[in-house]
Amino acid sequence: MIDKKKTITVLAYISMAVFVIFLLRLWQLQILKGSYYRKQSEKNRVRVFKIPAPRGIIFDRNGIPLVKNAPYFIASLIPGLSKKGLNLSGLSKLLDTSVEDLSEKIAKRKKHVLEPIRLKEGLSFSQVARIEARRSDFPGLVVETEITRAYPYGSTGAHLIGYLSLPTEAQLRKGLFAGTPRGTFVGQWGVEALYDKRLKGVPGKRFIEVDALGRQLRTLKVVPPQKGEELTLSVDIRTQKTAEEAFKGKAGALMALDPQSGEVLALVSLPSFDPNLFVRGISQRQWNRLRRNPGHPFLNRVFQSQYPPGSIFKIVTAIAALEEGVVDENFSVDCTGEIHVGIWKFSCWKGQGHGKTALRKALVESCDIYFYEIGRLLGMDRIAKYANALGLGIAPGVKLSAERKGLIPTTSWKLRKKGIPWYLGETFNAAIGQGYVSITPAQAALMISAIANGGNVYRPELLKDQPGPEPIAKLSLSPKTLRIIRDSLVGVVEDRKGTGGTVRSEIVGIAGKTGTAQVIKIPESAKKKLANKFRDHAWFVAYAPAEDPSIAVSVFVEHGGHGGETAGPIAKATIEAYMKSSGYYVETPAKN
Amino acid sequence: MRNFDWLMFSIPIVLTLLGIMTIYSATRSVLDTQPSFYVRQSIWLVLSIVALFVSASFDYRKLIGFAYHLYGIGLILLFLTIVLGHTGMGAQRWLRIGPVSFQPSEMFRIAIIIVVAKYLSIKRSPLSTSPLATLLFLFVLIPFYLLYKQPDLGTAITLVGIVVLMVLVKGVQKRILVSLLLVIIISLPFAGNILWEGLKEYQRNRLVAFIDPKVDPKGIGYQIEQSKITIGSGKFFGKGYLKGTQGPFRFLPEKHTDFIFSVFSEEWGAVGSVVVISLYLLLIIRGFETAFYAKDEFGTLLSIGISAMFLFYVFINIGMTMGLMPVVGIPLPFFSYGGTALLSNFICVGLLINVRMRRFILFY
Repeated sequence: MIDKKKTITVLAYISMAVFVIFLLRLWQLQILKGSYYRKQSEKNRVRVFKIPAPRGIIFDRNGIPLVKNAPYFIASLIPGLSKKGLNLSGLSKLLDTSVEDLSEKIAKRKKHVLEPIRLKEGLSFSQVARIEARRSDFPGLVVETEITRAYPYGSTGAHLIGYLSLPTEAQLRKGLFAGTPRGTFVGQWGVEALYDKRLKGVPGKRFIEVDALGRQLRTLKVVPPQKGEELTLSVDIRTQKTAEEAFKGKAGALMALDPQSGEVLALVSLPSFDPNLFVRGISQRQWNRLRRNPGHPFLNRVFQSQYPPGSIFKIVTAIAALEEGVVDENFSVDCTGEIHVGIWKFSCWKGQGHGKTALRKALVESCDIYFYEIGRLLGMDRIAKYANALGLGIAPGVKLSAERKGLIPTTSWKLRKKGIPWYLGETFNAAIGQGYVSITPAQAALMISAIANGGNVYRPELLKDQPGPEPIAKLSLSPKTLRIIRDSLVGVVEDRKGTGGTVRSEIVGIAGKTGTAQVIKIPESAKKKLANKFRDHAWFVAYAPAEDPSIAVSVFVEHGGHGGETAGPIAKATIEAYMKSSGYYVETPAKN
Repeated sequence: MRNFDWLMFSIPIVLTLLGIMTIYSATRSVLDTQPSFYVRQSIWLVLSIVALFVSASFDYRKLIGFAYHLYGIGLILLFLTIVLGHTGMGAQRWLRIGPVSFQPSEMFRIAIIIVVAKYLSIKRSPLSTSPLATLLFLFVLIPFYLLYKQPDLGTAITLVGIVVLMVLVKGVQKRILVSLLLVIIISLPFAGNILWEGLKEYQRNRLVAFIDPKVDPKGIGYQIEQSKITIGSGKFFGKGYLKGTQGPFRFLPEKHTDFIFSVFSEEWGAVGSVVVISLYLLLIIRGFETAFYAKDEFGTLLSIGISAMFLFYVFINIGMTMGLMPVVGIPLPFFSYGGTALLSNFICVGLLINVRMRRFILFY
């Protein structure tokens, strides 16, 4: 045996060295980093679960709810709590999906092992009950709940109300909805998207003490969710519904405004879509069908389709002529059905002519020759000035969808764009709303609304009872001009020869103007035989009651032919619906 | 009993009582029915105290006579464990006799220390090649293989360490030592490779996790990270007894066995931890002191073997809970739950007391 004393002294020193190492490490862990580890242990013990916030309900102007909150169930697997050898085939039967689908979803996981993987979304109540009953067979299987929407009115008002869905991969990649917890439904369209921040509320939190196996032991604290703000829209859902039905399946757009406040009373874009398709997760097949639909259901025609306004533009030309003083109300033109400028011939829509025509008759019977004449006297630039003052050529700025501005041409615009000067014939066309001129249905509504309220163009307001309308354009016009124009527009509907006779109502006096946007230029008689896609587009703008307007409406019917025939009745139905809904007209029970 | 070392007797009892308290705290459960680990450990403590007195009562030199028999029985039991033993945590470490399960490897520790002490005490120092070869084969390779097969790598490595230490204390011829060292250094990469290949998946993971616990804090590095959180969160004064959360809430695995120190440290803080570590140091130093006082070489080697064993176990176990050592399944003497280990440790203390008690006896 080697030196006993020395050996044992060395061993004692080694022991003490170990002791010192332990002391240093304890000092490091418990004193230096003690607070950090204390916090870690708190975090360990407590897991925070999200309590989805009920989304604010959206009401129409009469307090009718347009949306409902509905629970949305998701079957998820928490991989950290799942055992090896998970019974995938059993799980696929329970969830009614394929084994491949499940294993692919589980394999795709990149997150924390305690983060749930969503296996199947949009479960029905009976599926949830079945899963809860068999939870113990599949450790780690949980049912998560989110709040989504149900839209009781279906496709009615879909472009206005919009819909919710989960953020798409592309949106998440772009960093949209950054502040929203994972898996929360977000507004994707319409008011749901526009006012998403106000509607969504603040999710609550449930702090639960758990063990490392994720078993929930007890609830420590609950921060209740804050319900989202309720929104009352200016829309009148009854009017909206009637308006959509009045289109009878035709494509087109309609916008009804309260001319005094700019509030939107109805907003129709057809064809539409059922927002309920999106909230439960739309299938690829359904999505493709919608996207490839030749009717473009996702186009918000109110703001996004622009067409020549046709004769409804004659209102603008007439105002310009009166205000500029180039003619007075008695100035008349002899309409023979055509007019010649150089080698070109310009016709009136009425081949045999209107005979001697002054301004009122020209508007009521929509005489083209009269407006060629006053167009010639005005020149394009003066017409454009009044058009702009009535909100044409300007984006209304509603932000509900992308907006087009339409086009109000000027002589300098043409020179700049085309490099050639403006021709008189082009003024002729513009004066009757053809040629380069184009507007959107929203702009048509703003224009007629301005006539109804005396020249104010207000930004369309989607919410009810907002402070003061916001003017985006203003036309100052003399009371006399206003009176002449309004009287003429009443005549359009009420006069025997008026082009808007179809709009005449038993219950309210309506003022309006028909319009037809030409698709191709051919004789009237030949058009009847044409395929639908070559038929003209129909316009109608109107307001009512004529003496004290509370609604202004624009109607656009794609390939609707004459404005008076197809667009007129839609305007009438819409106005009458609103008169009833707003209490202007009370139906008395029929007497027997 | 005049020279009975009451200090050496009381340290393990204090440690075991603290251990039982901590086992109670660690296994108290918030939802499940409460397993009675602490009751069983208390019963084992009573048995162990009896065993301590028994092992201190006879002249330890009598052990020299049947050291080989003890060792032989130990090897047979280890072999039986592999063949018959039932599985716990993927390893066959238990042998069931009637109602009691026990872990032969825990008892085997005593046998190997006794037999090596005896073998070394009858050889001349420094050791030459042939007794070394015998040692290597009989007391290193065979038990290592049997333990490795269980698999109980932690115990296997610790026991090899004890044997190597005892041999070094005895003394080895310088040229042999130098050439052995060279062989080891040269073969290390190959041996390491072979050993790595032979490791089970979880053993490899533990090593990887030790080197970098951040690899997957919820996976393989989980235990280490959680143990550090457990200890660190105790701060200076601890969270208070029964106020710890890491154990009962199952964040800490093996909370009442391998990671019992963390649970204790969480509740009693740096203050309690220093007390416990000091108790271990005191016990170990006193063990080495016993070796110094021992009247014969067998007594010295026996005491060194036992004290070194405690040192290794404490170092590896507490080092592991503090993230200083890789996770090897080695319990903390007296503290960890486990009846056989407790019994074995008390017998070892009994033997130390035995050697210390008889230091004044004149040999005849």
